[in-house]
Amino acid sequence: MANERIEPILSDSARPAASAIPASVAVAIPRPRRPTRWGQLLEREHILAGVLLAPTLTILALFIAYPFLLGIWLAVSDKVVGRPGNFIGLENFRVNLTDTIFLRAFQNTFVYTFIATILKLTLGMLAALLLNHHFRFKRIVRASMLLPWIVPTVLSTLAWQWMFDATFSVFNWVLMNAGLISKRILWLGDGTLAMGCLIAVNVWRGTPFFAITLLAGLQTVNPDLHEAAEIDGANAWQRFWRVTLPLIKPIMLVVVLFSMIATFADFQLIYVLTRGGPYSSTHVFGTYAYEIAMRAAKLGQGASISLFLFPFLLVVIVFQLWYIRRND
Amino acid sequence: MAVRYGGPLKRAVTFQIPLVLMVVVTLFPFYWMVITAIRPDPELYNVRANPFFTLHPTLAHFRYLFDLTMFPRWAWNTIFIATVSTGISLFCGLLAGYALARLQFRWAAPLGTLIFITYLVPPTLLFIPLGDVVKTFGLGDTPWAVILTYPTFLIPFCTWLLMGYFKTIPKEIEECARIDGASRIRAMVSISFPLAVPGILSAGIFAFTLSWNEFLYALVFLSSPQQKTIPIGVFTELVRGDVFYWGPLMAGALLGSIPVALVYSLFVEHYVTALTGAVKG
Repeated sequence: MANERIEPILSDSARPAASAIPASVAVAIPRPRRPTRWGQLLEREHILAGVLLAPTLTILALFIAYPFLLGIWLAVSDKVVGRPGNFIGLENFRVNLTDTIFLRAFQNTFVYTFIATILKLTLGMLAALLLNHHFRFKRIVRASMLLPWIVPTVLSTLAWQWMFDATFSVFNWVLMNAGLISKRILWLGDGTLAMGCLIAVNVWRGTPFFAITLLAGLQTVNPDLHEAAEIDGANAWQRFWRVTLPLIKPIMLVVVLFSMIATFADFQLIYVLTRGGPYSSTHVFGTYAYEIAMRAAKLGQGASISLFLFPFLLVVIVFQLWYIRRND
Repeated sequence: MAVRYGGPLKRAVTFQIPLVLMVVVTLFPFYWMVITAIRPDPELYNVRANPFFTLHPTLAHFRYLFDLTMFPRWAWNTIFIATVSTGISLFCGLLAGYALARLQFRWAAPLGTLIFITYLVPPTLLFIPLGDVVKTFGLGDTPWAVILTYPTFLIPFCTWLLMGYFKTIPKEIEECARIDGASRIRAMVSISFPLAVPGILSAGIFAFTLSWNEFLYALVFLSSPQQKTIPIGVFTELVRGDVFYWGPLMAGALLGSIPVALVYSLFVEHYVTALTGAVKG
């Protein structure tokens, strides 16, 4: 730093010498005190960076990196609550792959993720296109659209559970009074129907996220491009496919990946609405891991189920990083 | 890119009807919470009664919630936990975001990537070993069990958002202060941080709603009734065996949703910035 030469006494520090500058220049900043040893060290960027990052890295190391490694250890051990575990190799994974409930959960996780994501993307896109119009009360409609996403999922899912109640379901009341059904539908009483309900609630909760982020993407699309396409004779559908979609593809892809991770690793919605039932037919990785680890106290077995999330997560992360790099 | 429509009929079919439908589907469950919370039990559990409204609104369910459950305690726990963990995360995220956006050091790029990766790690992957870690540190069944673990997903988010924000603030402003004699730290604290206030607000609101809503860690780490948060308390303490107390349940769901909805509605724009900023990176 050039200032160092002006005041030789402070030459070992990188601090600019305030006394060498006329006082009238330093209006907003009070005259600095004599630099301490610490102050001098913090002038160096890599040391300052280390200090600034230390709290974050400490928390992430203690509560993410360490538990992650511990999780791998648990997955290859026979640890149960209250007893130290022994190394048992891949036994837990072998047991999982012969467990019919686990295999059902495996399948459910993929069905739940893919169907829900496709529906959320489609409906979210439709909602974004609707919200991209000018109309009265637009601000309030847009704000209220996000409500399902804002409120605690547990609490809104409880409301859905009540709406799906075996005896007092509002849907049944409407259908019966409309004369469409004569016997109550047990919404959560059958595995396939219950999975449908879970997907419906997930779509209800997740669509706002798609709608609002895709809307942000739509708002960056230059209207001139649409006008140009219209003059060239493109209809509304062609304009959407050929102009809008390619332009918002990057943000769409990121939203889909984020949502897929969250849906794939979902726990609360399923745990609250069906608890994996009826007859363990709607478990996903998250709820079954909880069931085994917390209810049956088999921590090792449970950890090995959680770990099945990892390969999928890894693929998505690698893809996402690759995509970000490519666009940079 | 506002698109104009032809006739009123076409506008109704392609725009107004879908819009109304969308709003109704979105808001119906909330209407259901409200109506259930104020309907008296004899009506609630009568299959013949019209479930869509009531002529005898009652506050009995709210009274039950406040007199016979620990709801006020859960509310206080939730506020305390959400505030402190948001504070910790903002502090860490602000410093880390600044370092990654502004400082030149060898590990900047890999550390940024690492923090981005932790942002994508779902709680479901870690809750079992994390329960062990929490126990080892003697934090089990205390608010600190969640106050210290929520930052694992809040810090990466705050860092990522604030990093993006700092990149939009011109470096030159800080350089001017440095020339005027401010130290590196001083320029950071009194020049860059105040300029980042809108970003801090966005990150803070988002983090607050996330920790208010968190379920899995709170469910696993907090077990005694007086330690629970609203989502856990309502879910575990108002269902006894197979009996659901629907009136108080919906009253609790309503009261647990209103504060986040309120915070959100006061800062919609900040929230949307955070939401879209979080995915754009």
